[in-house]
Amino acid sequence: MALTDDRPVLELTAGEDAERREPLGVFRRPTATTGWRSWLTSVDHKKIGIMYGATAMVFFAIGGLEALLIRTQLATPDGQVLSEQAYNQAFTMHGTTMVFLVIMPMLAAFANYLIPLMIGARDVAFPRLNALSYWIFLAGGLFLYSSFFLGGAPDNGWTSYAPLSNNLAYSPGMGQDFWTLGLQITGIASLASAVNLIVTVINMRAPGMTLMRMPIFVWMSLVAQFLLLFAIPVITVALFLLMFDRLFGANFFNVAEGADPLLWQHLFWIFGHPEVYILILPAFGIISEVIPAFARKPLFGYPFMVFSGVAIGFMGWGVWAHHMFASGLGPVSVAAFSLSTMFIAVPTGVKIFNWIATLWNGKLNFTVPMLFAVALVSQFVIGGLSGVTHSVAPHDTQQHDTYYIVAHFHYVLFGGSMFGIFAGVYFWWPKVFGRMLSETIGKAHFWLMFAGFNLTFGPMHILGLQGQPRRTATYAEGMGWDLMNQLATWGSYLIAASFLLWIFNVVKSRANPPAGADPWDARTLEWSISSPPPAHNFDIEPTVSQLDEWWHRKYGEDDHGVIVRRDDYEWMSVVGPEEGGTSAPPPESIHLPSPSYWPIVLALGLPLIAYGLLFTYWLSALGGLVLIASVYGWSLEPSVDPDAGHGHVEPDRVDDDDDPGTAADPVAAGTTEEPS
Amino acid sequence: MSTTEQSTMVVPPGGHEPHAEHAGGGHHTSTGLSNEKMAMWTFLGSECLLFGGLISTFLLYRGKEVVSGPEVRELYDIPFTSVSSFILLMSSLTMVLALSAIQRGNHRQLRTWLLTTALLGSTFVAGQVYEFTAFYREGLGFTTNIQSSAFYVLTGFHGAHVTIGIVMLLSLFVMSHRGSLPTGRSETVEIVGLYWHFVDIVWIIIFTVIYLVP
Ligand code: HEM
Ligand SMILES: [Cu+2]
Repeated sequence: MALTDDRPVLELTAGEDAERREPLGVFRRPTATTGWRSWLTSVDHKKIGIMYGATAMVFFAIGGLEALLIRTQLATPDGQVLSEQAYNQAFTMHGTTMVFLVIMPMLAAFANYLIPLMIGARDVAFPRLNALSYWIFLAGGLFLYSSFFLGGAPDNGWTSYAPLSNNLAYSPGMGQDFWTLGLQITGIASLASAVNLIVTVINMRAPGMTLMRMPIFVWMSLVAQFLLLFAIPVITVALFLLMFDRLFGANFFNVAEGADPLLWQHLFWIFGHPEVYILILPAFGIISEVIPAFARKPLFGYPFMVFSGVAIGFMGWGVWAHHMFASGLGPVSVAAFSLSTMFIAVPTGVKIFNWIATLWNGKLNFTVPMLFAVALVSQFVIGGLSGVTHSVAPHDTQQHDTYYIVAHFHYVLFGGSMFGIFAGVYFWWPKVFGRMLSETIGKAHFWLMFAGFNLTFGPMHILGLQGQPRRTATYAEGMGWDLMNQLATWGSYLIAASFLLWIFNVVKSRANPPAGADPWDARTLEWSISSPPPAHNFDIEPTVSQLDEWWHRKYGEDDHGVIVRRDDYEWMSVVGPEEGGTSAPPPESIHLPSPSYWPIVLALGLPLIAYGLLFTYWLSALGGLVLIASVYGWSLEPSVDPDAGHGHVEPDRVDDDDDPGTAADPVAAGTTEEPS
Repeated sequence: MSTTEQSTMVVPPGGHEPHAEHAGGGHHTSTGLSNEKMAMWTFLGSECLLFGGLISTFLLYRGKEVVSGPEVRELYDIPFTSVSSFILLMSSLTMVLALSAIQRGNHRQLRTWLLTTALLGSTFVAGQVYEFTAFYREGLGFTTNIQSSAFYVLTGFHGAHVTIGIVMLLSLFVMSHRGSLPTGRSETVEIVGLYWHFVDIVWIIIFTVIYLVP
């Protein structure tokens, strides 16, 4: 409760004196908005988005190193690079990292950065909660990785099937506990962020931004956030049950006591299948913004794109047991889940046809983001089709747990989500950092990654059909698997090289010329403000009258009905005069929430509790104390510090509904409105 | 593109009415519902799945034979649990009275009803603690068998939710006492109320499923 309430309590009632009252002397409210300290305490959705993205990229490098280890081990028969134990840890941490610490936070980065800009809001609904989500995510990730130093990393695969995972005899040590608790922590982050972003999209849209005028990226993220909202509690339950089994001797997965061995698999995949749509839908949203921008056409069939996304969101709940065809569910269930799985390909197909129709007859401009976007479409088709072959249960029993599956989900997760993420990174980079990335290096990055990707995972289809099992540390000579494995390993080195090019591009970009507000001549609101955007996003709350509002402000029809660019279009915020904007200073009246220490302090409490459960309960007690104290400090902290130098709302503007200050800043309205 | 679309009204129907009534929170939102209230609704939606998962687990194991120790259902004291369930139900009523008190601006009554609600909730939790100890004495510990694990986790999670609710109620009480819960902020009470009613409704489902359905 206190966590979601960003409105100050003290200020409202006690007025003048309360403004000067310090809630807790230890922590004075931080005020810095620049410098490294500002990143620790920032509640600005843009900074938080950048932090999510940077952290995810670091984890991508780590997960990539683990992948290289796996591939090096498998390059030749009887590989000696890793022990079996280390191999198990490598693929477990690789999968866990890529799913939970790379793709999910990367998409959170986009959602955080873009959603408020795209819907014309000053910030998300609960800025401090947003910061909390990031810090909890980071805490969970670091906790998970600390297992390497504190007694061994998890090694049961990213699915941690019971009874392998719950039985202390099969998985001794604390690796599995680190996995269980670490994911529990990151789950809290995702849940908080889902609540925050859902409320933001539904409640914080600029005037005129109806649901059917929202950019498609906002829509797809919204669907993904709803999926998170309902999927996270299911994995939470599963993780709790596993934790109780391992740490306190409960019997949920204890087969000797008559427990159902499939309970874990059901709970995991009721979460897990929606999860794959959580990983792919926002990427779909990204390329649905990128493709129209570079095809110079509006997205074909916008309403179909929206509805197919929503349909995927609903149908994603009815197919989970297709991950369990080989576990003896019985013919009726298998038939039912086969069918539902085939059906879910329909809305996905709708999307693919709409992208192709958008490209059709467009004036295509193959910039780096466009290359990544088009690659996503082609590679996702391959991943989607191999997915449909799993829905045929007899096929699936053959392919199950072979490299065919590994090929399939990498075409979807890497060829789909990750390529979409890179499309988005290249597309929005100039907006976020104010500088272009080099197109030349970017193209080299793209082609290397594209080639490396297909070289790595293409051959795995064949390996799988030839029967090479996944999650197996070595294979014997003479199975006929050598060549394909070698190719795959070479491919993985190409991917690594492409990643280095990408880092080089980033480092070099600091010297590139400024990008300007709208370098791609794009369509949505965020391109109408300067790059990088000012802290308050928009000088004046934008008013929206149609889909692709920004595009329509820039283009009109001449007397012959030909579409021409207007010179006199209205910018929506301050951009320099050289870009055609006014250089009006931001209005004094805009009130932004002040930075806060509490999110990072509160987030610290969670890994403390978790360490305590594993080592000594004292730590848990300490963590609990930290948690309670910060909830207390948090709820007493006024959301705007009067001394922070952000300017104040003039009383006569408070009741004006167009007042930019009232949109994101409840306090501004509250202070004068309710003096009772 | 289409010029007709351009000319449509700037203000969407039902959206940002220029002078729509302010939500209780006192600031403007697209739906008119305050962010805080919507966040609570959203969160409770997620909680449904949490309890859904726990109840399903319990149901899955209820029908299974246990290897050691007694079955849970042999130990139920239905009259006792009915009484404590009734007490919890009554607390929803007093919560409604608390909300209506603050909406009428009667802060003394607000505090009385808040305290009563917290008291009723505590009685329920105390009843649960008693039940747990009684079961334990009958030989049904947390680790005894699959049913006991499922039972204690499900009801324990619910009990924890009630306890958190009690803490929220007491915070409201303190806030009101210090004068930081003015009539204009009645929505805070309403939001805590949403949580409280939710927890009550979940208990009705749990009670029915665990104790009543044969
Ligand atoms: C976005 C990028 C990626 C994602 C989301 C991803 C995801 C996953 C997941 C979920 C697993 C399953 C782990 C398990 O079985 O527990 C996995 C396994 C694997 N990944 Fe990746 N991965 C990515 C990139 C890569 C890259 C770049 C490579 C190779 C260079 C790679 C090579 C492998 C291999 C060989 C396995 C199979 C391990 C085994 O089953 O023995 N992955 N990956
Ligand atoms: Cu699935």
